[in-house]
Amino acid sequence: MSVDDAIRFLPELILILAATLIMVCDPLTSTHRKSTLAVLAFVALLAALAATAYSSTDPGKAFFGMIVVDGFATFFRAIVIVVGLLTVLSSNRFLEREGANSGEFYALLLFSISGQSMMAASNELIILFIGLEISSIASYVMAGFLRDDSRANESALKYFLLGSFASAFLLYGIALVYGVTGATNLSDIGSRMQPDSLLGGVAAALMFVGFGFKISGAPFQMWAPDVYQGAPTPVTAFLSAGPKAAAFAVFVRVFTVAFGNIGDRWEPLIWISALLSMTIGNFAALGQTNVKRMLAYSSIAHAGYVLVAITARSESGVAAVMFYLGAYALMNVGAFTVVGHISRKGERYLRVEDLSGLGVRQPLTAAMFSIFLLSFIGVPLTAGFFGKFYIFKAALQSDLIWLTVLGLLNSAVAAYYYLRVLVVMYMQEPGEAVNEVEPLSPALRLSLICSAAGTLILGIFPSGALHFAVKSAVLK
Amino acid sequence: MDQHLLSIILFTPLAGLAVLLFIPGSSKNVIRIWANVVAFAGFLVSLPLATRFDKGASGFQFVERAEWIPSLGVQYLIGVDGISMLLIMLTTVFGFIAALSSWNAVEERVKEYYAMFMLLQTGMIGVFLALDFFLFYVFWELVLVPMYFIIGVWGGPRKLYAAIKFFLYTLAGSVLMLLGILALYFQYHAQFGAYTFEIANLMKVVLEPGMERWVFWAFFVGFAIKVPMFPFHTWLPDAHVEAPTAGSVILAAVLLKMGTYGFLRFSLPLLPRASNDVEIVRILAILSIVGIIYGALVCLMQKDWKKLIAYSSVSHLGFCTLGIFALNPNGIAGSVLQQINHGISTGMLFLVIGVMYERRHTREISEYGGIAHVMPKYAIVFAIAMLSSAGLPLLNGFVGEFTILQGAFEANRVWAAFAVSGVILGAAYLLWLYQRVMLGQVTNGKNLRLPDLSAREMAVFLPLIAWALWIGVYPKPYFDILEKPVQQLVERVKPGYYQGQAALKAGVR
Repeated sequence: MSVDDAIRFLPELILILAATLIMVCDPLTSTHRKSTLAVLAFVALLAALAATAYSSTDPGKAFFGMIVVDGFATFFRAIVIVVGLLTVLSSNRFLEREGANSGEFYALLLFSISGQSMMAASNELIILFIGLEISSIASYVMAGFLRDDSRANESALKYFLLGSFASAFLLYGIALVYGVTGATNLSDIGSRMQPDSLLGGVAAALMFVGFGFKISGAPFQMWAPDVYQGAPTPVTAFLSAGPKAAAFAVFVRVFTVAFGNIGDRWEPLIWISALLSMTIGNFAALGQTNVKRMLAYSSIAHAGYVLVAITARSESGVAAVMFYLGAYALMNVGAFTVVGHISRKGERYLRVEDLSGLGVRQPLTAAMFSIFLLSFIGVPLTAGFFGKFYIFKAALQSDLIWLTVLGLLNSAVAAYYYLRVLVVMYMQEPGEAVNEVEPLSPALRLSLICSAAGTLILGIFPSGALHFAVKSAVLK
Repeated sequence: MDQHLLSIILFTPLAGLAVLLFIPGSSKNVIRIWANVVAFAGFLVSLPLATRFDKGASGFQFVERAEWIPSLGVQYLIGVDGISMLLIMLTTVFGFIAALSSWNAVEERVKEYYAMFMLLQTGMIGVFLALDFFLFYVFWELVLVPMYFIIGVWGGPRKLYAAIKFFLYTLAGSVLMLLGILALYFQYHAQFGAYTFEIANLMKVVLEPGMERWVFWAFFVGFAIKVPMFPFHTWLPDAHVEAPTAGSVILAAVLLKMGTYGFLRFSLPLLPRASNDVEIVRILAILSIVGIIYGALVCLMQKDWKKLIAYSSVSHLGFCTLGIFALNPNGIAGSVLQQINHGISTGMLFLVIGVMYERRHTREISEYGGIAHVMPKYAIVFAIAMLSSAGLPLLNGFVGEFTILQGAFEANRVWAAFAVSGVILGAAYLLWLYQRVMLGQVTNGKNLRLPDLSAREMAVFLPLIAWALWIGVYPKPYFDILEKPVQQLVERVKPGYYQGQAALKAGVR
């Protein structure tokens, strides 16, 4: 292991060491001082973010080409780490409330993020799989972290079973790829894959099934609503942003670099999946009364939008994926954080109606939730607008006219259920849930303000992020 | 100052909003005063626009340009011609009037209310200023949010339904419009190898006829919903009726004009051949005429005072779109003037309703009768507003409608014949409304002791009445301002139109 290798692997190293440290410290910390461990996790994440930035100054490969640090990897590493930071901020108060604050949680979180960060930088199918498993296994446990909650248990079990299925499919795909090309390195696969390879197509399809589960794209979305609803809200926020972004990152990298040659074979699959995800997600969300479930379906729809950009099979498509996932991570974590804040002990208040009158009782919380919702809708000057704009622009550029039309109409349908939340927040009298809601804790406030500010900044001055995305979208 | 005049106009309300956020929500009167100051300042800073505007110059004036998102070719590019200058003046005047008229009408969440109005004001001005299609789209969508809240929070009993309907209708239209915008954007890239949303550049794009028609219809859906043209009008009565008075006033006076302005600024210049396509023009003219007559007939049936005025907008905006698609100088100039006129008259009528609603909290026409005896000043104001809307000579409505009809007559006599019936029906429903509400004996005991207009209320109406009279008596300055831009539009859509006319005249002689 050379120094270069170590530097390019530094973010993961920091996260893994910090996670281990937290596990060691956990038994030594008294029950009411577990927040120190949260601080430790927060600092570790900041350090990892700094390491990500530092390693990006000298891009290149490490460990015999297994890891690659390029703009793309850096972008997604930054996303998952920022999601981790926001999750730490919002989960501390939540766990205290539920009486489950412990070092374990933060250790698991860091492990999961290290896995995702590894996925973002993986240039090799085995590393990719290891990263995916580290990320997944830690998040299965997180989903069931509230041991006494039956919904959380159901959620964790479902997530685990279906997730394992997905991993199996993925592994089967990897095996086939190795059989066809004799390589696990993405660049090697790309150069050895014959354009007319039938087995290659089958491998791509199998891997798509695996990735489809992880990103909750239709028709593999079934688990998402139940898992998202049952998991503790900060975990849901995390699951719907971090692992998803990382899964998209490897999805894009594998399909562009390794399967670029056989694009004609897999494009129809993704086309259909994109349309199904948008339509199923949006139409199912219309009828939901539980906010978490509604946001779960909305996250399926958003996966559909991202799939549209992948269908475009172009550099601007990749850039659109990057920008959108960055924007989506911010607004989604923000939205779930608000939901977790309102739900209160035992997550009793999760219906849309429970938000009634939030605009009167807690104007700041409501205003920030509105920003996230408007960004979900795609109103200009929010990150969501540029994300969608960029995706549909990329799709049109690749002549996906019908997919674009259907996607745009979908986004208009989606406005309805997001608006309903705005309606109850601002246009109805405060109800029981909101009347007794506690003030925002400083950490929650910081987390919300950061996500909201990020959403607005990406919406008003998207140039920097767009430029970076475009520059990093060249995958080799 | 001149080189940043437009930015100042655009951002004055937003600056006011920034300060407003620091005023505590409990000091309602401070907020009211501040909101009025900001709105008045918004009007004052827009005055130099009118005085320094050079009506002899062609092209855009006071242009400001800055990069916004270079990688996409998006610019902060704003400027005005005669058409947008008049609409901006309309916006700033009504911004002030809306603020002033809400003084007593809103008691709850006063701060948020005025905040939404300031945001709305910036959005609307931005729509009329933008010379970059992307920037236009941003403002266009941005307007939705504050209006949605204004209807939904401070509106009437069915406000939730009305607010969501308003938002979804417009959003559905605008996503299709976005598709059209992107089609032009890519075509420009295909033909010139660069990405831009600048209108002046996009005008160089030559689309193949089939595609041009598609793009035209994509724009059409977005704009027609906003206008609203028949059969896309169904959101309008709900939104108008449920919105608070100032919301209805802004909606009628300014927001609807965004649609007609869209046709003038984008559909016609960017898609000249589709806009001049015989089939398309016929469809649009028929929809406009159906709107004129249908709107007027529905007005005759209304029992709700505010709903009646709402439907009258459908009818009047039908005139505006008919004028645009007459595609001649009279039609287009008349249409723009009528947009201003409709803003003044219908704005006044909604204010008239608001005054009464604050006193009696009902809009059922049958609740009233003989109000003229109780409120003489109010009777006069209402009469002027009503007559200006009905198109009485020497008031503004007449000038606009007459010019549009001239244009329509020149384009197709049958259109003009049908459209005239709208004028007659318009007089009928307005006069009948006035008769039922104001004339005769006081039939309802509750109306016996209504206070007449206060000084503040008079201050709301007087500038509008003066404006209505000015246009009615001496409209020449307006036509002078409109001459150049209208000429450019007509030349763009019908090249050689003016030479043809000159030849025709020479031939007659």
